[in-house]
Amino acid sequence: MLAVDVQKQLGAFALDARFASEGGVTALFGASGTGKTTVIMTIAGLTRPDRGSIVLDGEVLFDSDKRLDVKPWKRRIGTVFQEARLFPHLSVRHNLDYGRWMSGLPADARAFAHALELLDIGHLVDRRPGKLSGGERQRVAFGRALLMRPRLLLLDEPLASLDAARKAEILPYLERLRDDARVPMIYVSHNADEVRRIATRVVRLEAGRVAAQGGTEIL
Amino acid sequence: MPFEPAAGVSTIEVGIYGPASTLGANPFWRFLTITLPLTLPGIIAGMMLAFARALGEFGATITFVSNIPGETQTISAAIYSLTQVPGGDAAALRLVAVAICISYAALLAAEFFARRAQRRLHGD
Repeated sequence: MLAVDVQKQLGAFALDARFASEGGVTALFGASGTGKTTVIMTIAGLTRPDRGSIVLDGEVLFDSDKRLDVKPWKRRIGTVFQEARLFPHLSVRHNLDYGRWMSGLPADARAFAHALELLDIGHLVDRRPGKLSGGERQRVAFGRALLMRPRLLLLDEPLASLDAARKAEILPYLERLRDDARVPMIYVSHNADEVRRIATRVVRLEAGRVAAQGGTEIL
Repeated sequence: MPFEPAAGVSTIEVGIYGPASTLGANPFWRFLTITLPLTLPGIIAGMMLAFARALGEFGATITFVSNIPGETQTISAAIYSLTQVPGGDAAALRLVAVAICISYAALLAAEFFARRAQRRLHGD
């Protein structure tokens, strides 16, 4: 259960977003430049809001009044960005393992094999990111975020840089992720079709404010 | 000379630090597992190049630590000393050949490490 209440001055306009998410896939929907990415970054801990609070499963991640700000490496929140942002000097296998390694968790061969199968990346494990296609990179990025056992998964327009054919190819993997992983997800997108397919709940942002919350009918 | 490592660091795509942080890496581990492996080959390349350039250093060395054979005599100073002595040309030329070999080896090593750095940064 995620409760977000963040305010931040973003150049020309002010972000003032308040919403809650009870699990499943909550889409943050809105046109470009409405502050969706900033909201994601504050939840991840990569950007600090000017004011507000962020609470996840009862744990306060950020509270400006109490001067609390949990560092991103302690939040156990996975992130997937528009560009896969894989570590170029590490193989796919080591990219996938990075989160588990950093958190000191023991190797889980079953979880690893499951992720490979879920995302069809088994044949890529020993390759380096530079030798992967855009779609393959994005699938590895999903796997990398998944294998760190996050309690929340943030996806910031993960399909935006893919062409229509790649998008159609990757969407089923996202659906698999949603149905199989059972990790709550916040999915940022400006594409209504994607959101309709993936999301269970929608939070619509307009000019930095939450304009509506509800099911996919509010799109 | 300090510019080579700086150039190496600035070519890292900064976007990868975000995922690294959320995957659990604090600044120390980010430096160790990302910054260092990506910049080290470039730093070594820079060191090789700096060394190759230092071989040619003459004026400052002689000014500050003079030219004492066996103690502060660099290869450049030695070549200079030999050319001041009649009949020292042959020995001077041998030292020049040695200096050229060392420079060439340093340049090759720098090229090798620079290529290594490029491959790492581009993920292949």
